[in-house]
Amino acid sequence: MTASSEPARYAVPTADRFLGRKITPLTRRRLDSFRRNRRGFWSLWIFLAVFLVTLFAEFIANDRPNLVRFNGAWYFPVFTDYPETTFGGEFPTAADYRDPAVKKLITAQGWMLWPVIPFSYGTINYDLPSPAPSPPSRVNWLGTDDQGRDVLARLIYGFRISVLFGLVLTALSSVIGVAAGAVQGYFGGLIDLGFQRFIEIWSGLPMLYLLIIMASFIEPSFWWLLGLMLLFSWMSLVDVVRAEFLRARNFDYVRAARALGVSNRLIILRHVLPNATVATITFLPFILNSSITMLTSLDFLGFGLPPGSPSLGELLAQGKANLQAPWLGLTAFFVLASMLSLLIFVGEAVRDAFDPRKVVL
Amino acid sequence: MLEIRNLSVTFAGRGGALPVEAVKGLSLSLDRGETLALVGESGSGKSVTALSILQLLPYPLAAHGAGSSIRFAGEQLVGAAPEQLRRVRGNRIAMVFQEPMISLNPLHTLERQIGETLLVHEHMAPRAARERTLELLRLVDLPDAEGRLGAYPHQLSGGQRQRVMIAMAIANEPDILIADEPTTALDVTIQAHILQLLRDLRERLGMALLLITHDLTIVRKMADEICIMTGGEIVETGPPAAIFTDPRHPYTRRLLAAEPKGRPPRAHPATPELMSAEDVKVWFPIRSGLLRRVRGHIKAVDGVSLAVRTGTTLGIVGESGSGKTTLGLALLRLIAAEGHIRFAEQDIVALGQRQLRPLRREMQVVFQDPFSSLSPRLSVAQIVEEGLNVHRLAASAAERRRLIETALAEVGLDPQAAERYPHEFSGGQRQRIAIARALVLKPRFVVLDEPTSALDMSVQAQIVELLRELQSRHGLAYLFISHDLRVVRALAHEILVMKDGRIVEAGPTERVMTAPEHPYTRALMAAAFDLAAAPAWHLGDEAGSRNLDRGDDLHLCARERPL
Repeated sequence: MTASSEPARYAVPTADRFLGRKITPLTRRRLDSFRRNRRGFWSLWIFLAVFLVTLFAEFIANDRPNLVRFNGAWYFPVFTDYPETTFGGEFPTAADYRDPAVKKLITAQGWMLWPVIPFSYGTINYDLPSPAPSPPSRVNWLGTDDQGRDVLARLIYGFRISVLFGLVLTALSSVIGVAAGAVQGYFGGLIDLGFQRFIEIWSGLPMLYLLIIMASFIEPSFWWLLGLMLLFSWMSLVDVVRAEFLRARNFDYVRAARALGVSNRLIILRHVLPNATVATITFLPFILNSSITMLTSLDFLGFGLPPGSPSLGELLAQGKANLQAPWLGLTAFFVLASMLSLLIFVGEAVRDAFDPRKVVL
Repeated sequence: MLEIRNLSVTFAGRGGALPVEAVKGLSLSLDRGETLALVGESGSGKSVTALSILQLLPYPLAAHGAGSSIRFAGEQLVGAAPEQLRRVRGNRIAMVFQEPMISLNPLHTLERQIGETLLVHEHMAPRAARERTLELLRLVDLPDAEGRLGAYPHQLSGGQRQRVMIAMAIANEPDILIADEPTTALDVTIQAHILQLLRDLRERLGMALLLITHDLTIVRKMADEICIMTGGEIVETGPPAAIFTDPRHPYTRRLLAAEPKGRPPRAHPATPELMSAEDVKVWFPIRSGLLRRVRGHIKAVDGVSLAVRTGTTLGIVGESGSGKTTLGLALLRLIAAEGHIRFAEQDIVALGQRQLRPLRREMQVVFQDPFSSLSPRLSVAQIVEEGLNVHRLAASAAERRRLIETALAEVGLDPQAAERYPHEFSGGQRQRIAIARALVLKPRFVVLDEPTSALDMSVQAQIVELLRELQSRHGLAYLFISHDLRVVRALAHEILVMKDGRIVEAGPTERVMTAPEHPYTRALMAAAFDLAAAPAWHLGDEAGSRNLDRGDDLHLCARERPL
């Protein structure tokens, strides 16, 4: 019965807050629904925890101590390079704290606080019991690769760079993709037609060959790779957003806003974009996943990050080249598999949380 | 034959919400050859009752209370085995749903849709089934039945689809036909035809008819017995004569009184013309071929002239696809149009969107469906204030707040509603919010595009009352678009009757209603007020089909061209 209660009385609305921001009941329902999906919820927390740890990789795996107490003064080798002469050495070059001579100098008049893993991603352990790649030991927990570098240290740095690369690429390609889709969907007509044909041609370009060709005359860096991949990855969201805009621009409330004289820009931002965000957010974890996979496969083929950079793909390639050292391939495989699975679980949970037809009893 | 005793239905609450009791201890009985009407507003539990007869509710989300009993020819249906139910469903008790557009499978031809029930229940041979299908289509008066066996649902008009639905329902000669709002989605003239058909079939096949509707006019014509439902309970039962002349329950009285009544407020005869249009045309090009050359036009609005004076209402009536809404949008320059449109002494056809912006404050629009016209993600305050921000009508936050609260109070809403979101309101309240959004700008001209047709009867009357009051208080000019002639009569000073994009008749409301000149107007009035089916030669389903197809096309075209 809707009729008899008009005009109704209302209770004073209580503001619902999440992370300090006011949220609508719809958002609250989605949050609750996400939380109720145990697998996705825990996957998100595990992933965030691991990512947070790797963000501080320099404090966990490094070839210099976190803190040095020498001669009554404090030193922070993680942040600053100190010449060896600071600690009474002979060379004015940066101190190598792994050098037994330097160690001796410092411990004589103070102490050092080492990270849990005393190797950085590029540190070569010359003191190996067996030729590299050497199997897991008490010093190198996951063994070393074929150049004597600690696998665990490289894993931590590699994980960080993969996820950061994925996140930046995802963020940038969503911004471009949503903007392109919004313009096409909202204005329609010739703009839409032209843009769609352009996308069809553009997506026909072979991205991998382009990257290989580019790799032959420029040295690929993090940002170069990001830019090149961005040229192609923005298209994944365009169709979804365009479809949402095509649908939403005929909604009565968009018409009503036009009748009020609201400008196109404001209508897009205020009235239509919120409809498209659901589709966009649902896609994000999956785009993140594919970005990471893309970088890994390029690294695996040797067209990715510059030589010497820590990366999961490079570790995989080493595993393939050194089948006699299974810890290389297995480590890379398990880390990749669990990272991608975690992200997929999160993605599924997000998708279900945004699905209005999903009934949670 | 059908005996319902003490039926109750409870829906489990979602995510910790309280369970909802949709039907509470309902009892009724239906005899062979009888028509029983279940009347009530939305949410009164009438559809749930119908669905529980066939046990089609989403169990176990829905549950019947202890003591619920539905006996059909002595058989208990509540909690019956699936086998037993399948024997009854579609065979002995059949159902016709409200929306013919979505009740037919779009991928199957008519022959297959109807043949399916015959093959399943009667185990007919394919050839016999085809014969029988043809016979059924003739029985429901589908024109050119033979040629339509291979047709798909989208090739039929709404009325024709409803006929096919009925043919499917009666395929196995059921004992009971349940019709759930069978004509609500149809135009008035087609509605009359479908009701006529149901009446004929009931007599010819000796079925019992359970008619579920909110429309009292239909009930008065069709029913032998009426049950008035509200809040999941039957509050009054009786033959039409008794219910309409001597209603006993207060709810029944309120329902009967809810029909929009009264006349528009008397307007000063010499008020100036505010909005006038001359020879307005909205033509959508039909393109075909490789080069998309224009092969012709769909003339949605074709040479319409009109004038609206300050403080008066111009009603536009017509069936779906007649171009009413397109005309309204064209006058507000929300779709491209040709011709002359003068608003406040200024020709606005030539103005660009930027030059139009200051004028937008003075001409506003209220749409039909209050559920789609309010952005679900904005609070009521944000919805109402949008226009204020665009036109910079409020100097400070406090003044904006005051204006919003005044507007809400004016449409009969509590100012505290401002912080809430649209989904927390009923249909009528949402329509009030939409009106507040238009009114806060203090416009002089408002296009009302079927503002009452998505609402319950009693709410309709309240909205009509509100609109009348606002008109006399602010001297507003309305362009009132509707297919509901009762509402138009209660609001409009003058009427335009539209058909296929043209005006067929125009004049003062009283004159057009009492002495219509054009045969189309006459047929429209007869269908609306007496449910009389017009002669087929000029209004039948054929015309309906053309109209509807046109309507669909128009919709597509409008979608292609936003600005």
